[in-house]
Amino acid sequence: MRVLNWIVVDLEKEVFSAKINYLTVINEEGVADESLFPKNLSPEKIVDMYKIMLLARALDAKVLSLQRQGRAVTYAPLLGEEATQIGSAMAMGDHDIFVPAFRQHGVFLARGMPMSTMFIYWRGFEEGDIMPKEVKGTPIIVPVATQLPHAAGIAFAQLYNNTGAAVVVYVGDGGTSEGDFYEAINFAGVWKVPLVIIVENNQWAISQPRSRQTAAETLAQKAIAAGIGAVQVDGNDVAAVYSETRKAIESKKPMLIECITYRMGLHTTSDDPTKYRPDSELEAWKKKDPILRIRKYLENKNLWNEAMENEISEKHSAFIDQAVEEAERFKPDPRSIYEHVYSYMPDVLKEELAEAEANNFWQGN
Amino acid sequence: MMANMVTALNNALEQIMKENEKAVLLGEDIGTDGGVFRVTDGLIEKFGEKRVIDTPLAESGIIGTSIGMALSGMHPIPEIQFAGFMFLGFAQLINHATRYRTRTRSAMSVPMVVRTPVSGGVRTLEHHSESPEAYYSHMGGLIVVEPSNPYDAKGLLIKASRMNDPIIFLEPTKLYRLFKQEIPEGMYEVPIGKANILREGEDLTIITYGTMVHVVNSVVEKKGLNAEVIDLRTINPLDEATIISSAKKTGRVAIVHEASLSFGVGAEIAARIADKAIFELKAPIIRVGSASLPYPFPGYENYYVPNEIKIAKALDRLMSS
Repeated sequence: MRVLNWIVVDLEKEVFSAKINYLTVINEEGVADESLFPKNLSPEKIVDMYKIMLLARALDAKVLSLQRQGRAVTYAPLLGEEATQIGSAMAMGDHDIFVPAFRQHGVFLARGMPMSTMFIYWRGFEEGDIMPKEVKGTPIIVPVATQLPHAAGIAFAQLYNNTGAAVVVYVGDGGTSEGDFYEAINFAGVWKVPLVIIVENNQWAISQPRSRQTAAETLAQKAIAAGIGAVQVDGNDVAAVYSETRKAIESKKPMLIECITYRMGLHTTSDDPTKYRPDSELEAWKKKDPILRIRKYLENKNLWNEAMENEISEKHSAFIDQAVEEAERFKPDPRSIYEHVYSYMPDVLKEELAEAEANNFWQGN
Repeated sequence: MMANMVTALNNALEQIMKENEKAVLLGEDIGTDGGVFRVTDGLIEKFGEKRVIDTPLAESGIIGTSIGMALSGMHPIPEIQFAGFMFLGFAQLINHATRYRTRTRSAMSVPMVVRTPVSGGVRTLEHHSESPEAYYSHMGGLIVVEPSNPYDAKGLLIKASRMNDPIIFLEPTKLYRLFKQEIPEGMYEVPIGKANILREGEDLTIITYGTMVHVVNSVVEKKGLNAEVIDLRTINPLDEATIISSAKKTGRVAIVHEASLSFGVGAEIAARIADKAIFELKAPIIRVGSASLPYPFPGYENYYVPNEIKIAKALDRLMSS
C-alpha cells in the first residue's frame, strides 16, 4: 500500500500463485500407500510391468556389451530409468501415441516394438526405425527437445481428426532448457491438446547436474507458466508414474509430469561419468533402484518369488539372443539411402546411384 | 611440440585466453567434462568458471548470448557440441551475427568464434556427422574456416580470435586424433581468407578441404599424379586468386568435398572458374561430393562419403577428357 497525497491506492495484490505436488505410491521398502494406489492397476498388470522392466534392463546390458565388442553404434543406456519409462508407457491405451527422445528403449519395448528391429537401429541402419503400425510411436530423436513441437502437432491432429487418442512425449531434464520445449508446452496450452509431457529427470545432462540447468526449484513448475497442469512424481516408483500418466491421459488436457529418477549409467557409450560425478551419489541412488523396489512390493504381496525371477531371466536372455541373431541376419542395401529421400526418385539421385553402382564405389564396404 | 588436432586446439585456446582477458569459452559440457572431444580439457582449472562456462543445454541460447557478449566488448568462443545441433542456433547466426556490422555500418560488430565438430567417418549417431559449411557461407557476413591438420587448426584459431568478425570454426571430427604433427609452442597465425597450396603440380588442380584433404593426397600419391592440391582452409570468403591462377596453370580442375554435391561449395568454385578461366581449361570441371541426400545412419556412411575409389574414378575422367 502506498499513500499518494490523500488517496489510498491498493497497488499490490497477489494475482497468481501455484504449487507443485509430489507423489510416491510404493516406497523404497516396497510398501504401498493403498489409498494412493491406482484403482485400475491390477496385480496382473503390475507383474507385467515388472517383467518388462526386467526385460528393458537385460536388453540394456546386452546392447552395452555389443557396443563394447564393436557390434553396435553409440548407445544411450536406460539403466535406472525403467520405472519412468515403463510406468508411463503402460498407462497408454492401444490407440495413444508416444514420441520418444533417444533413451526411451523401455517405452519401445512396452509398446511392442520388435526387439530385432531395435537391434537393427543399434547396428546403425535406418531400417531400425521402421515400426509396426500398432506400436503407435515416432522414431528416436537425437537433437535435444526438437521432438516436443512434433508431439504438440500430433496431439492437435488427434483433436482435428477426432481420434480420442492422447500423445505422450518424452524429454530429459537438460531438454527443458531448449527453446523448443517452451514453445511446445505453450502451444499445447493454447490449443488445449491431449498431450502428456514426461520429463524424465535423471539428474544429469551429460556432465551437467540438474541444478546447473535452471534456477527453478522444479522442472514441473515450467508448465505452470504455459498454463498447463503439472505434477512431480517419484520416477523410480512405477505405480506413481503409471497413476499420474493415466490420470493425465484420461483428462484429455495438456499435462507435464516430472519424473524424478536417476541415470545410473553413462550418458552414452562415448561418455565417462567418473570425470564429473561423485561415486557416492550413484551409491545413494542404487538404494532407490526402481527394479528392487517393485520386486520387494511384489514379493510382499506374494505375487513374485525367486523361482519366477530365475525363470523369467532365462526366458529373457534367450529372447534377446534370438532378436540379436535376427537383426544380424539383416543385410543393408545401400540403394535404400537413395530411394527414400523424396516421394519419387529425381534424376539427380538416379544418376548418382547409377554412377556409384557402375563404378563399384562401394567395393570393400 | 607434437600435437594432434585436439591438443593443438586446446593449446591455442589456452594461449588465446591468456592473451585476451575478454575471451570466454561457453558451451555444453566444456568445463568439468572438458568437452565431449576434450578440446577444452583442463581449461576450467586454469581460467575458472567465470571464463569457461558450462551452459544450460540450449544452442540458440549459447549463440544468442555470445552475440550479446560480443556486442559488449567481450570475445566469446562458444562451442556447439555437434554440427547437427548448431541448427538450433541457426536463426541467431543467420539473422543476427551476419548483420550487426552492416546494418550499423560498422558501428557495431560481433567478434566471436563459434567452434563445432563437423563431418563424418567415425560411425556416430544421426546429426553428429553433418558438413554444413555451405549453409553458413551462403548468407554472407560469416567467415567460415575449416582446418585439415593440427598446425593450421592452432594458427587459424589464434588468427580468428584476433579478428573483429563472427567466425564459424569447423573442426573435422575424424581428424581430431587421426595424426600428430610438429607445431610451434608459442602463438602464431595462419591467415584467414588464404588457401594453402599443399603440393605444387602441373597436370591438374584438386581443390579440397577438411576430411577430404587426406583422401585426395592418398589418391594422388597412389596414382603418381603431377597434381596441384589446394587446401582451402577458409571456405568463405573464398581465396579466388589462388584458385583461378592454379586453374589457368594446369587447365584441369577437380573439386572434392565431403558435403553433399548438390548446391555445395564445389558448385560455387566451379562457377567462378568457369567465369574467369573457362577458355584456359582443357577439360570440364569435375566435382566430387557425397550423394545429394541427408547424411545416413552410421551403418551406411561408407556408402555415402566419397572414398578413394570415387575420387580416383573422377580424376581418371578428368585426365582422359
